[in-house]
Amino acid sequence: MVLAGPPEDQGGVDALSLVAGGTDIFRRSRGVLGLVGLPIALAAAVAVLFLWVGNKQLDSIEQRRVNPEFITNALAEHMALAFTSTILVILIAVPLGIILTRPGARAVMPPVITLANMGQAVPSIGVLVLLALVWDIGFWPAIVALVAYAILPVLRNTMVGLQQVDASVIEAGRGMGMTKGAVLREIELPLAVPVILAGVRTALVINVGTATLATFVNAGGLGDIINGGLVANKQTVIVVGSVLTAAVAMFIDHLGGIAESRLSPKGL
Amino acid sequence: MTTAPAAAPTDPMIRLERLTKTFPGQARPAVEALDMDIAAGEIVVLVGPSGCGKTTTMRLINRLIEPTSGRIFLEGDEVTKVNPDQLRRRIGYVIQQVGLFPHQTIADNIATVPRMLGWDEQRIRARVDELLALVGLEPATYRGRYPKHLSGGQRQRAGVARALSADPPVMLMDEPFGAIDPITRDRLQNEFLRLQETIRKTIIFVTHDIDEAIKMGDRLAILREGSKIAQYDTPERILSAPADDFVADFIGAGASLKRLNLSRVRDVELSDWPVASVDSSRAEVLAALRASDKGAVLLLDAERRPARWVSGRELQREDGPLSEMGLPPEALVQPNATLSDALNEMLKSRYGCATVIDGAGVYQGNLDFATVSAAIQEMRRDARDRSRAEADEVHAAGEAGA
Ligand SMILES: Nc1ncnc2c1ncn2[C@@H]1O[C@H](COP(=O)(O)OP(=O)(O)O)[C@@H](O)[C@H]1O
Ligand SMILES: [Mg+2]
Repeated sequence: MVLAGPPEDQGGVDALSLVAGGTDIFRRSRGVLGLVGLPIALAAAVAVLFLWVGNKQLDSIEQRRVNPEFITNALAEHMALAFTSTILVILIAVPLGIILTRPGARAVMPPVITLANMGQAVPSIGVLVLLALVWDIGFWPAIVALVAYAILPVLRNTMVGLQQVDASVIEAGRGMGMTKGAVLREIELPLAVPVILAGVRTALVINVGTATLATFVNAGGLGDIINGGLVANKQTVIVVGSVLTAAVAMFIDHLGGIAESRLSPKGL
Repeated sequence: MTTAPAAAPTDPMIRLERLTKTFPGQARPAVEALDMDIAAGEIVVLVGPSGCGKTTTMRLINRLIEPTSGRIFLEGDEVTKVNPDQLRRRIGYVIQQVGLFPHQTIADNIATVPRMLGWDEQRIRARVDELLALVGLEPATYRGRYPKHLSGGQRQRAGVARALSADPPVMLMDEPFGAIDPITRDRLQNEFLRLQETIRKTIIFVTHDIDEAIKMGDRLAILREGSKIAQYDTPERILSAPADDFVADFIGAGASLKRLNLSRVRDVELSDWPVASVDSSRAEVLAALRASDKGAVLLLDAERRPARWVSGRELQREDGPLSEMGLPPEALVQPNATLSDALNEMLKSRYGCATVIDGAGVYQGNLDFATVSAAIQEMRRDARDRSRAEADEVHAAGEAGA
């Protein structure tokens, strides 16, 4: 899937950052309102949801899933899945991106990119079922599927971020006697940070969304609520699960946006 | 013959010995067997057409790329095999694109090498301010700025400050003013030449612009394809006696005009124009005029300062005192003016003649087209003689050594 990125994006940045950039409208409207506007709106939506649910007579099937304990637990599982997988994605994709952009790695670059593309092209539900068949069900198989699915944006953004660093800046650094490692640490990586962070944010949002599928391999998460509602054909349960998932995804993306602007170096 | 380079005080600051670089997959070397000595405190300009290997030569000297063969000496020590990162901290490097780190303030940019060398922060801060002032950037204003807030000229100044930060004995400058508008470039060139009078670095300066080369260089190396030296000499001698057609072509048609920028009025023999005192009689002035082959006489006052120009016609046809006849003195130049300036004045004057006066305004002599032309011939002959004499010397030394 190759879409054109939004114009303000760096050339070649994964199209999915288009999704991740969705809540920037709130953040870019300056000041405190920009920072807290979206969280307030989300909190209001969730409050409305619970008021609505609270005023309803829930039957026992509904009560099993729509209760504070179950929801808190599902939310915790969901976060654990999303954050663990994203951290693993960073730990794998950023070093890999660094290695692949070093001179001498030109030969191995195409196959690695193809592999990362495949990870994203194969539907994650397929990967999950496959892993369940050949390996196991539960938390770690779910994590593997999430990592495979979200590695591409971080890998690609790391590479793009490093490649777009002005060659003359590196030449000047080397010419002053900075070692290759120092140039990487003090020049290339800081200058690539905005692009890498955009990829990480994309991966995180993908993982928050995809983690709803973890329920199919018994790994919990908010998918438990949605799927339970679907199986029992309970509208209320489905609505609660879906709205919560959407609110969490948007909130995480919002936090990602804040982190992106805070962590990007000054002067760019 | 195995002569180890002796560490004599006359050692060149930089010596290149048969330096060669062939890039992988290329048939011809980008730099081919380059031999060169660069004396301490001089600006040597490498000048040659685009793609002749100038940048490659610079990157070989600071070992950003490794030579295929050949040796590099710095202050008498061979540095072909030393740790290149350590070596580069002893060599300032300025490139056309400057390459300031965009995410660091100007102060942090300049502090790069001192930090690597482990200076304490207080010393670094003092050095940064000193350098900013040296290159004409107000420290209080600029130290905290980011590169994107500077103009092209200011960035280049910051780049020069950064290259000077650890006071390296040697600076490599690769087309440092190439991307700057002509007016700013001229100013930066002048400032840099003034700066060099105080810092006295050994500088290799690359340009493809012969005029910049003539202006900046104590010595020029005209390079052809493969970084081969077509001629390595002072600007005067390259202009006066180009070694071959390649050099002559590269200098271009304006060589004689360019050379006029290098010679001063005091260096040439002034011509004999008739002069007389304003207090003399008309007959005396006419006599002086007739004794010469010129069309006008310069009248001097009691202090021998130029007072009037009068022509033979005016003397014969006009009445009134000599001090009101003819024209006031024009095209006055001082002995330290360049021949180019003098020629410019001459072209504007009525008699095609510039009048040389000293600091007190006292008449020294006149300069006309014939003088300038003779001076050019003289310079050319001199340069040829010297080149020939040197060639003979080298030849003789070679025979004596054999
Ligand atoms: N890294 C490189 N790899 C291959 N060829 C190069 C490289 N750098 C320069 N060259 C080649 O070497 C020649 C000289 O280039 P360069 O030194 O940049 O010329 P100049 O600075 O005089 O314009 C050119 O033909 C150029 O294509
Ligand atoms: Mg060049």
